Amino acid sequence: MSEDGGAMNGNRNGWPLWEVFVRPRRGLSHNHVGSLHAPDAELALHNARDVYTRRQEGVSIWVVPAQTITASSPDEKDAFFEPAADKVYRHPTFYEVPDGAAHL
Amino acid sequence: MDHLLGLADDALVAAQRLGEWVAAAPELEEDVALANIALDQLGAARLLLTYAGELEGAGRDEDALAYLRDDREFRNALLVELPNGDFAVTMAKLLFVSAYQLPLYTALTGCTDERLAAIAGKARKEVAYHLDHASLWTVRLGDGTEESHRRMQAAVDEIWPYTHELFTPDPAAPVDPAGLRDAFLAAVEPVLATATLDRPADGWAPSGGRSGLHTEHLSYLLAEMQVLHRAHPGARW
Repeated sequence: MSEDGGAMNGNRNGWPLWEVFVRPRRGLSHNHVGSLHAPDAELALHNARDVYTRRQEGVSIWVVPAQTITASSPDEKDAFFEPAADKVYRHPTFYEVPDGAAHL
Repeated sequence: MDHLLGLADDALVAAQRLGEWVAAAPELEEDVALANIALDQLGAARLLLTYAGELEGAGRDEDALAYLRDDREFRNALLVELPNGDFAVTMAKLLFVSAYQLPLYTALTGCTDERLAAIAGKARKEVAYHLDHASLWTVRLGDGTEESHRRMQAAVDEIWPYTHELFTPDPAAPVDPAGLRDAFLAAVEPVLATATLDRPADGWAPSGGRSGLHTEHLSYLLAEMQVLHRAHPGARW
């Protein structure tokens, strides 16, 4: 391990950054709860369990190396996310909903 | 109740040693993990000491037992009172203690003493995690760099003789520790092999902790742990 003391950069003394997703015991989906440094996936799981779940039983944890995540670019936000609300034909709201399909 | 104090003091002294790591561990995440394990051990120690005090019937609660006994009255094994040393020594101690506590607590969950069985059932889950954590680090250090391998082997060699005392026969106890050594070896030997470490030969086997004859390290540890309670006896906090 190097002694660069670079605690704030993404690769702290060879400990890469991991993103942590947790599904609570009664939760339906995994939510992003934070990040941490760990030398490998197994220890990342251990650390995530200590830091983010207090070892409650019945929760599920995902850890992902931060570098494997591809994020959308803020610069392209408009093109990506502008909902085109003015183009009403894009929204499937013109159908008669048949009886008995109330929750479609 | 000596066997109960043995269990309780193992946990209490181990917790005190692990607490010394807080804010001094190699990484922030490991700091949290060691503190977590210390809290688990302390939690088990509190339950066991409270129960031991009730069985004794002399009005001593967990605090009286933790803070007002001298080293000659402590029944912990020598292993847990040894200094933390470097990170490898701490991991060797944690590996051996948890590999002993796991089969012990597991066996105790089936004992006829329901209160003790309940405490053991709670502690067993935590100890399984401690063993897993120590195993990961033993492998990582042993199979890491040349320097980490050298240190991990030195730590294992240094601590190994103290593991024998953990299995001193005690026929009066609900679970005789003498029968646990096979389970201990079954847990530890594969970890050492995976970590490319040599399993030390059995030979010198220091003991005495269970009868109150400790290394020179325990009285210093107790002096630090008990100083406030002894300076202000009877205070509430």
